[in-house]
Amino acid sequence: MTTLVLLTITGLGLAALYFLVASGLSLIFGLMDVLNFAHGAFLTIGAYGTWWAAGNLPGAGESGWGFVLAVVFGVAVGTLVAALIELLLIRPLYQRHIEQVLVTVGLSLALVALVRAVWGADPRPFPRPGWARGTTSILGANVPNDRFLLIVSAVVVLVAVLAFLRFTRVGLIIRAGVENRTMVTALGIDVRKAFTLVFAIGGAFAALAGALGGIYLGSISPGQGTSLLIFAFIVVVIGGMSSITGTAAAAVLVGLVQQFANYYAASGVGDLSVVLLLAVVLLARPSGLRARLA
Amino acid sequence: MTDAPLLRLSDVHVRLTGSHILQGVDLSVRRGGVTALLGRNGAGKTTTVKAVLGLVPCTGTIEFAGASGRIERIDGRRTHEIVRRGIGYAPEDREVFAGLTVAENLALAERRNSAHHHDRVFELFPELKQRSRQLAGTLSGGQQQMVAIARLLLNDNQLLLIDEPTKGLAPLLVAEVADVLARAAEEVTILLVEQNLTVVQRMAQDAVVVDQGRVAWSGPAGDLLADADRTRELLGVATSGGGGRL
Repeated sequence: MTTLVLLTITGLGLAALYFLVASGLSLIFGLMDVLNFAHGAFLTIGAYGTWWAAGNLPGAGESGWGFVLAVVFGVAVGTLVAALIELLLIRPLYQRHIEQVLVTVGLSLALVALVRAVWGADPRPFPRPGWARGTTSILGANVPNDRFLLIVSAVVVLVAVLAFLRFTRVGLIIRAGVENRTMVTALGIDVRKAFTLVFAIGGAFAALAGALGGIYLGSISPGQGTSLLIFAFIVVVIGGMSSITGTAAAAVLVGLVQQFANYYAASGVGDLSVVLLLAVVLLARPSGLRARLA
Repeated sequence: MTDAPLLRLSDVHVRLTGSHILQGVDLSVRRGGVTALLGRNGAGKTTTVKAVLGLVPCTGTIEFAGASGRIERIDGRRTHEIVRRGIGYAPEDREVFAGLTVAENLALAERRNSAHHHDRVFELFPELKQRSRQLAGTLSGGQQQMVAIARLLLNDNQLLLIDEPTKGLAPLLVAEVADVLARAAEEVTILLVEQNLTVVQRMAQDAVVVDQGRVAWSGPAGDLLADADRTRELLGVATSGGGGRL
C-alpha cells in the first residue's frame, strides 16, 4: 500500500510538471497554429533564472521568501523571453508553418547552446527550500514534500487558466480565436495582441515548470527542457490539441503510466509505455481525449 | 450630407493561388440604402467583399468615408483597423463561434470605439435573449443567421457588408431576415451580396453586377430587374416580374 501511495503521488508530481509545460504548448498551438519547439528552452531559462537569482539577486535566496523571489525572477525572465520571441521572430512568420518550425527548432538549439556556453554542460545542484527537502507521511508512505508543491502549483495554474478563459474578455478572444481567427479580426479585434499574451503565458508556465522541476529533480542541466518537451508534446497530442482540461487529464495519465511502468516493469519501460499509450489513444480517438479549448 | 460615395473601389485586382479572381473591379457604394452586389457563382462577389475588409491581398485603391466623413484609403490596412472605421461584416456561412454561447458571441462583437445597442438587437431578435446561454453551435441555421446579423447591429457602423444572408434558409426565415435588414437599412448603408432576386428587388436601390472578376453593369436595381433580357444575360436568370434565384 505504501508503495502504491508513493508511486501515485510521485506520478501525479510528474504529471504536474508535464501539465505546466504542455498547457502553454496547447494554448499556443490552439490559438496560433504554432508548433513551438523552443518551448523547452523557456523551461531551461526559468530553471537557470531561478538558480542564478537564488545565488545572486539581492533579497533572493535558497529558502523562504527569498526562494519565492528567485522563482518569480526565473518566471519573469522566461515570460519576457517568450514575449520577445513572439514579437520579433514568430509574428513575422504567421501562416508560414515550415519557417516557424525551422525558427523554433533553431531557437531551441541556440538557447540551450547559450546556456551551456555561459554555465557549462554539467548539471548544477538546484536550491531546495527546507520544507521541500522533508517528507509527509500518508498512509504509511513517506512522500517527499516537493511532490505536493508541484501538484498544488499545477492545480492552481489549471484553475487560473480556466477562469481566465471563462471570465475575461481576453479569454473570450482566445477561445473564439481557436475556432476562427479570421472572424475574430473581422469583428475589429487585433488578435495579434492575444497571440503575444498567449505566448508569454506559455513561457511563464514553462519557466515555472523549470523552477519546480529543479526542485523535483534536485539539479538542472541545459538539455532538461528539451527532454521534458518530448513528453509535453505527447501529453498535448493525447489530450487533444488546444484543450486545457484534456491536457490536464492526459498529463495525469502519462505521469502515472510512466511511474508505474518504471517501477513494476523495469527502468526505462515507462518511456516506452507512454509512446504505446500515445499510439493507442491516436488509434482509438485520433483527435485526442478532448478536442476543444476548455 | 455629401454626394461622395461611402465606399469606392478603383482597379482592384485579387490573385489567389495562381488565379486572377478580381481583374480590375471599379465600383461605388453611395451613402444610405442598400446596394446589391450580384453575379453568377464564382464571379468574384465574395472576393470583392473580402478585399474591402483586407481578408485577401489585393492591389488597386479602396477608399472609405468613415464616421468622420473624411475619405481615406483602407487598402493595405489590417482587417481589424478597417472594421474599427465602422464596417460590419456578416460572412457567407455565418461563421458564428460554435463553442461560445449566444451572449458570448455578442459580447465578443462589442467594439471598444462604439456604443453597444443590445436593446435594438434583442428587440429585433427576442429569441436571442431567450437563448443567450445556449451554445451557438447548437442553434438552427436561421438562429445562427440572427446571431451573425445581431453582431453587425450591436455597434455603430457606417457600412454593413452582408454576404448571402438568406442562403439555405426556409422561405419564412428569408422574409424575416429581409425584414430585419430593411429596418437596418433605414439607419446604415448596406452592401448586400444576394442570390435571391426577390430579396434584392425588395431591398436594393442600386445594383452592381460582377462577371468574371469585373464589373459588368451598375445602376439602379429597379432598372436591372425590370429588364428581363439583361438579367438573363448578366445573371443567367429571368426575373419575369417576380424576382428569382441566381
